[in-house]
Amino acid sequence: MSDTLAPFLAATVRTAVPLGLAALGELLVERAGMINIGLEGAILAGAFGALVGASSVGGVGAGFALAAVAGVLVAAMFALCVIWIRADQIIAGTALTLLSVGATGTLYRALYGSSGAALRIPTSEPLAMPGLASLPLVGTALFAQPPITYFLYVIAPALAWWLARTHAGLALRAIGERPEAAEAAGIAVERMRVLAILSGGVLGGLAGGTLVLAQAGTFAEGMSAGRGFIAIAIVVLGRWTPYGVAVGALLFGAASALQYAFQAMGWDLPYQVFLVVPYLLTLAALAGAVGRARAPAALGRSLEPRR
Amino acid sequence: MIEPLSGDEPPALALHDIDKRFGATRALTSASLHVRPATVHALLGENGAGKSTLMRIAYGMERPDAGTIRIGDATVRPDSPAAAIALGVGMVHQHFTLVPVMTVAENIALGGHGVLDLRRTIAAIRELSDRTGFALDPLQRVEQLPVAAQQRVEIAKALMRNARVLVLDEPTAVLSPSESAALLRWLRSFADEGNAAVLITHKLGEALSVADDVTVLRRGRTVLTAPAAHATAASLTDAMLGSAKVAERMHPAPDARVSAQDRRSHPILRAERVTIVDDTGVVRVREASFVVGAGEIVGVAGVEGGGQRELLRALAGRRPLASGILERPSVVGFVPEDRHRDAVLLDRPLTENVALRGAGARRRFIDWRAVRAHTESLMRTFDVRAEGSRAPMRTLSGGNQQKLVLARELDIDGASGSQAIVLENPTRGLDVRATSEIHDRLRAARDAGAAVVVYSSDIDEVLLLASRVLVVYAGVVRESSVDREAIGRLMLGVGTDGH
Amino acid sequence: MATEKAANRLLATTRTVSRELVLTTVVAACIAGATALLLLVVGFPVGRGLAALWVGSFGSWYAFTSATLVRAVPLMLTGSAVALAFRGGVLNIGGEGQLLMGAAAGAGVALAVSPSGVMIPVTIAGALLAASIGGALWAAVAAFLRVRFGVLEVISTIMLNFVALHVVSYLVRGPLQEPTGIYPQSATIADALHLPRIAGAGRLHVGFLLAVLISATFGWVLRHTASGFRLVATGENPTAAASAGGIDVSATTARVFLLSGALAGLAGGVEVLSVTFALYENISPGYGYTAIAVALLARLDPWRVAATAVLFGALEAGAGAMQRDAGVPSTLVSVIEAALILAVVVAQSVRSRRQEPDTGAQMLSVDA
Repeated sequence: MSDTLAPFLAATVRTAVPLGLAALGELLVERAGMINIGLEGAILAGAFGALVGASSVGGVGAGFALAAVAGVLVAAMFALCVIWIRADQIIAGTALTLLSVGATGTLYRALYGSSGAALRIPTSEPLAMPGLASLPLVGTALFAQPPITYFLYVIAPALAWWLARTHAGLALRAIGERPEAAEAAGIAVERMRVLAILSGGVLGGLAGGTLVLAQAGTFAEGMSAGRGFIAIAIVVLGRWTPYGVAVGALLFGAASALQYAFQAMGWDLPYQVFLVVPYLLTLAALAGAVGRARAPAALGRSLEPRR
Repeated sequence: MIEPLSGDEPPALALHDIDKRFGATRALTSASLHVRPATVHALLGENGAGKSTLMRIAYGMERPDAGTIRIGDATVRPDSPAAAIALGVGMVHQHFTLVPVMTVAENIALGGHGVLDLRRTIAAIRELSDRTGFALDPLQRVEQLPVAAQQRVEIAKALMRNARVLVLDEPTAVLSPSESAALLRWLRSFADEGNAAVLITHKLGEALSVADDVTVLRRGRTVLTAPAAHATAASLTDAMLGSAKVAERMHPAPDARVSAQDRRSHPILRAERVTIVDDTGVVRVREASFVVGAGEIVGVAGVEGGGQRELLRALAGRRPLASGILERPSVVGFVPEDRHRDAVLLDRPLTENVALRGAGARRRFIDWRAVRAHTESLMRTFDVRAEGSRAPMRTLSGGNQQKLVLARELDIDGASGSQAIVLENPTRGLDVRATSEIHDRLRAARDAGAAVVVYSSDIDEVLLLASRVLVVYAGVVRESSVDREAIGRLMLGVGTDGH
Repeated sequence: MATEKAANRLLATTRTVSRELVLTTVVAACIAGATALLLLVVGFPVGRGLAALWVGSFGSWYAFTSATLVRAVPLMLTGSAVALAFRGGVLNIGGEGQLLMGAAAGAGVALAVSPSGVMIPVTIAGALLAASIGGALWAAVAAFLRVRFGVLEVISTIMLNFVALHVVSYLVRGPLQEPTGIYPQSATIADALHLPRIAGAGRLHVGFLLAVLISATFGWVLRHTASGFRLVATGENPTAAASAGGIDVSATTARVFLLSGALAGLAGGVEVLSVTFALYENISPGYGYTAIAVALLARLDPWRVAATAVLFGALEAGAGAMQRDAGVPSTLVSVIEAALILAVVVAQSVRSRRQEPDTGAQMLSVDA
């Protein structure tokens, strides 16, 4: 049993990392009262940026750096559309995801041609934390992961602290609930929204970078595979809090890892059941069955048709 | 009547010669306000007089087109609430700007910088609470607080930012008499400490009881400034309501006045002990009883929040009753005040807007040729100027939009002409010509036998149109004689427990 | 007087038609220009690329029918589904999932029977009906969540897309798996149950006629029926629809949702019976999402949806040819599509900013 449990936990964490990063980014955006379905595009752009950075400039660090930059670019375009041009968020998000899919695919084939599949790029090896990695059961799962995992361990509590314990965090939360109150209190609402969107882009880009540099070891067109939308689900499931998001990411990671575990154990239950559970939980959370998951009040209002 | 206020000291806040337009509407024309230090200054005026606009300019939420603002010796130009706050101006709005799900402490802390130390905020709130005598629980969520408590939070917010000039916009509108009295007492002590307070209100009683100085705005102009000691209820009422406007054609038409007997035998709308609650469960209209007969225009007057909006909607069948009996035709026309939100499809053609009436009950198909003919006929009858019946509603001027809405709701050409129509500030924002056209249409409808109920925040309009007037004050509906003094007094609660 | 009016109307119609033609030409020129630019920038042969794009999409009758129009069919149906929903104020992002469930239902029916003779068209119709019902039922989940719990359908429909994907994954590995049990796909649907081809139009099948018919019906229903008008009014301004129109907004919203799901489900059924001939996981290369782009570019108008679907079909077909003949990555097409949407978005916002708002009536929200 234990020789399936440890790898299962490790796989859970590994799958959860890019999801968690992207979801934390989307968390910031949604706490500001908006929804960015172009996150998928940011992740994919980040993945491609990681490829370019790691292979052209060289090194995992350059890869992640360029991943973040690519993510920010996509997010910046979203901010431009939604805040400056005041376009509808759905339209902007859809267009940007489409653009990202097309641009990364085209550039990939243009720059790397058919030899892309055999491209070798430096990957981010697991880095065992001394001492912690030898903890029974969870040691390898939690503390023998690529460094980006530890970045997530740091950023989740950091965001939690920032949201709850700084004035800026309070301001962001207020913007997502009642922008008029924030405005009357002297807060620069649009500026904070732009910053939230850009931060979401950074984290989304890093998520994409993780996929390339710490998991697949290469780039494949469309490799984000819906993770941007899963991140949106995780934000809901996690009740719009950073720790909740972390748990939600683990849940989705576990569901994904479980399918393999169950297939290995030859159980009769169709493995798709596990894959479906997190989404059903999200729907239940939205409907208030699993304790009311209250969306930031301004989120719904921002989706109403602007006449 | 502008009396110079005594004292040469620099003002706590002074606005001088302020002009402000919103598009074609002039909200303020050479409006002025001079608040002496350590005083409570009452800013009086009817709905639409410009009081809120003037103070929003002082608070940096709007920019004046002309005029100056002074605080102390300095001329200032607050371009945002943050700037105004920094200058020591605090404002408590009519509609609270609080975040409902956050606690009192969080709401008060909002707008600060750096690390959030709620414990310090909580302690400061408790200290303020002791000092001012306000009861404030820092840990309560705002959405759980009663309205009076929410207002105290708003005030505390301003005080914590060291407001020296506190502006309150109709603060007692949402308070009970005892809560109002407590607030006013506190304002007095606030001023006595050396600060200044501006009390925007339409209630003469409280203005006279607590203020040192009063200023009256009417239609965007300052018409009276005087120490409170020199003002009387009569002079203030006169200033607020003004004498009659430039005369329009009067239609005394005594034959159009329906006698009480006729009314009883041909009632179109009959309310009997009608009680109406709003969406939050608060009672807005209490046991109202009245009758509106065919062929008369009944005016409704009342200050904002008195319950008339809910009453009108109930009469039009857009709102259910909590109790009582309301007899009305199955279809009642309704012209709401917020036309864009409640009555029209801005981006759709006029024909579709006309077809909107009765859309819910319509079956099967729409004969657009007939609708178009009907629309064009309405446009001809009501002189609606547009680029054809298929022009988008948005391209029409306000006056023409309103005429079309009125035409639709009156449905004069239709087989079933409206027997009853209810209107809410129908000429608000329209120019003189459009206003007069609308008035003519209402009279024509009346002459054709319709029962017309018109609410207007402009007493002159009510006087011009109505042969009877119902005044709504704090949910109570009373019939008034059709003269300015009587209506004004009932509107301001004089003669009831409001004074 | 009568002739004058008729003449005016003719003039107006001519003006509208010519305006649309000019617009289309401009759009086509922009696409050509943008493509050329992109090719140049990325370093691909411009001339050969553009030529391949044209040849692959419109260059021959065969290309037009069997490449462009065939690819346009699912986009016409899902585009109509999305346009209908958006028009009624329902942000249905779940076209993908509804399509999949429709495909599953349609395949299920088609695989369950082996009819002959007159039962063949009956079964085909039944399969398509089942597909529509499947899509509608799937949409009903999100509709229920919105009407009863106020759940934002943007989020719930996306969740349901994933659930649908996994349901299909289960079906093709379980109850519907092909007889040998090796491949994750259903058995092949009998030849007899394939949608018949249109004579003289290459591989184009009757699904195309169905899609055109539905676009026309959709347009007609919106324009000429009382319920169509209710849908439009609700989507434009639910508050006015309820207050001035007496419309039951909840019921209208629910109906729109179901109808939209049914159309997307039908798209799935048509795909299964005309292109894929079996159920498997990747039968939709994102039609449900592309449909959003199609609907928005078409500004939610039914005829424009059909035309835009053909445009996208052409782009996809041309992209395939571009890749084959000129080595240009087919993904370039997504960039063009995205650029189109963004251009429309910018143009719309510029236009609405220039329009004078009715300031005379935009009174202060706070009582002065």
